Amino acid sequence: MDPIIEIHNLIKTFNGVSAVDGISFSVAKGAFFGLLGPNGAGKTTTIRMLYGFTPPSSGELRVFRREITSDWRWIKAKIGVCHQENTLDPDLTVRQNLLVYAGYFAVPKAVARRRAEELLDFFALSHRGDAKVMELSGGMARRVILARALINDPDLLILDEPTTGLDPQSRHQLWERLETLKASGLTVLLTTHYMEEAERLCDRLVIIDHGKILVEGSPQALKQRHAGDRIVEVAGPGAALLDFLAASQIPYDDLGERLLIYLTAEQEIEERIRSEFCMDRCTFRSGTLEDVFLRLTGRELRE
Amino acid sequence: MIRFDAISWRFLRVWRRNLITYRRIWKVSFITPLLEPLFFITAFGLGFSGMIGAVAYGGVQLTYTEYIAPALIASAVMNNAFFETTYASFVRMYYQKTFDGILATPISTEEVIIAEIVWAASKATAAATIMLLVLGSFGFVTLPQGLLILPLAFLGGLAFGAAGMFFTGIIPTIDMFNLPIFLFITPMFLFSGTFFPVSNLPAWAQPFALAFPLHHLVELFRTYCVGANETPTWISLLYLPLFLLLFGLLALAMMKRRLIR
Ligand SMILES: Nc1ncnc2c1ncn2[C@@H]1O[C@H](COP(=O)(O)OP(=O)(O)O)[C@@H](O)[C@H]1O
Ligand SMILES: [Mg+2]
Repeated sequence: MDPIIEIHNLIKTFNGVSAVDGISFSVAKGAFFGLLGPNGAGKTTTIRMLYGFTPPSSGELRVFRREITSDWRWIKAKIGVCHQENTLDPDLTVRQNLLVYAGYFAVPKAVARRRAEELLDFFALSHRGDAKVMELSGGMARRVILARALINDPDLLILDEPTTGLDPQSRHQLWERLETLKASGLTVLLTTHYMEEAERLCDRLVIIDHGKILVEGSPQALKQRHAGDRIVEVAGPGAALLDFLAASQIPYDDLGERLLIYLTAEQEIEERIRSEFCMDRCTFRSGTLEDVFLRLTGRELRE
Repeated sequence: MIRFDAISWRFLRVWRRNLITYRRIWKVSFITPLLEPLFFITAFGLGFSGMIGAVAYGGVQLTYTEYIAPALIASAVMNNAFFETTYASFVRMYYQKTFDGILATPISTEEVIIAEIVWAASKATAAATIMLLVLGSFGFVTLPQGLLILPLAFLGGLAFGAAGMFFTGIIPTIDMFNLPIFLFITPMFLFSGTFFPVSNLPAWAQPFALAFPLHHLVELFRTYCVGANETPTWISLLYLPLFLLLFGLLALAMMKRRLIR
């Protein structure tokens, strides 16, 4: 394994409050790694430490096997960052945004011009090259930010909630592009709170909350371990069902007017619940990453 | 906190970014330095000079318009540089998140700050150049020594740009720039020997005027425009770089504290 990112016991405190509280993980070359967590979990803070913007309070952090504190310029030259908020330059056109950004990386002019056209084409932006950034829709602006993050031909792409606030069409289009990049062997670190996105794109992920890692694994393994293969949602569950579940030691979450039952692939119990306890108030479905996420991070509202 | 080893010529990349956006609006940017000296010279030359005869300054007699012409250029340098690193930099830093974008590339915070200050000085020098052409064509500038104003405008621009950047590093919201403008820029504009010689001030007030960087820029400009001054040239030539050094370091320290989270 050739590690691109190695983090060990990384801590960041703001005025005594921990935003990132001792997390450790590593990302191998070519991996598509997910950093999942609710708002305020510490995703952006972790990412900012990775590209040398925020100095860590303590812990080890190596990127491309080098220290960010001493080799920051060398490391940053090989990273592309897609910020959570729109950091496009509103004073510049779409194309100028890419070219000026290439300048910050000291990419030779001719190379930058060629790459800018390639990227505009790849993200279906060629027709908007001379548009002002302010005129773009949310989905287009995201694509420009992504194109800009790739202008230096990075070895590591960092995406902070790249699809938050986008409509489904834009989101799916972006996912397709990210899948193409993944297939090309690019190492990607993605933060998101869309489970569908993580499930579709990530080989491996960690779920963090309150600055701590709750679980780590592939989406498939996490579903298996924390959600079960099958889930039954029961509206208005009766006492008989609760007794049955307790007696059979089947894990469930009681949400008051709704019950979530986590089942294994075993058909027998599912059939019994269906025939004996359900009538018309049950939904049978597969376990999703969203179930894992909600079970681990809780259901109460954030912020 | 300031990392001097993180400072390289790469800051010119950020400077270039500002040049590119400036070129898009350069025609508008040139109107002010083109017309401002004309307004002042007309107003003071036509409306004022009847009330004021000659101004006794540094051992020579100057008409009032001759007296204020160099000060107009110096004030423009101050305003251009100071407004650039206050309002304009604040918008780039806070509202446009331009610095956040740049700081994800191999450019250091120090380089971004230096680029902003050098850019402010460049813009101020561009304005000074146009004003020099306008005022020169009216005969208010002795040539060729009047051309020395341009490198001095750059030095002054760096000094006022650094001061502005320092305020950007400590100001909580953009409307609070009113405060340094009211307490720092306006008194300087009025009392730096711009519209009347500092020697006309009561003795107790004169040291304050001598502490103003604008006063030294005005003195240097007048030296090369009309060949007279009241402050020895070497003092002004020493004062401005020292002011730049002090506020340059303060600006770097405060801006870093603000940007690095
Ligand atoms: N510059 C800062 N100063 C103080 N607190 C901060 C700062 N940045 C982030 N935080 C706090 O750290 C926590 C994690 O924030 P963040 O990393 O942005 O979370 P996420 O990206 O997962 O939503 C939050 O509680 C947030 O309020
Ligand atoms: Mg975030």
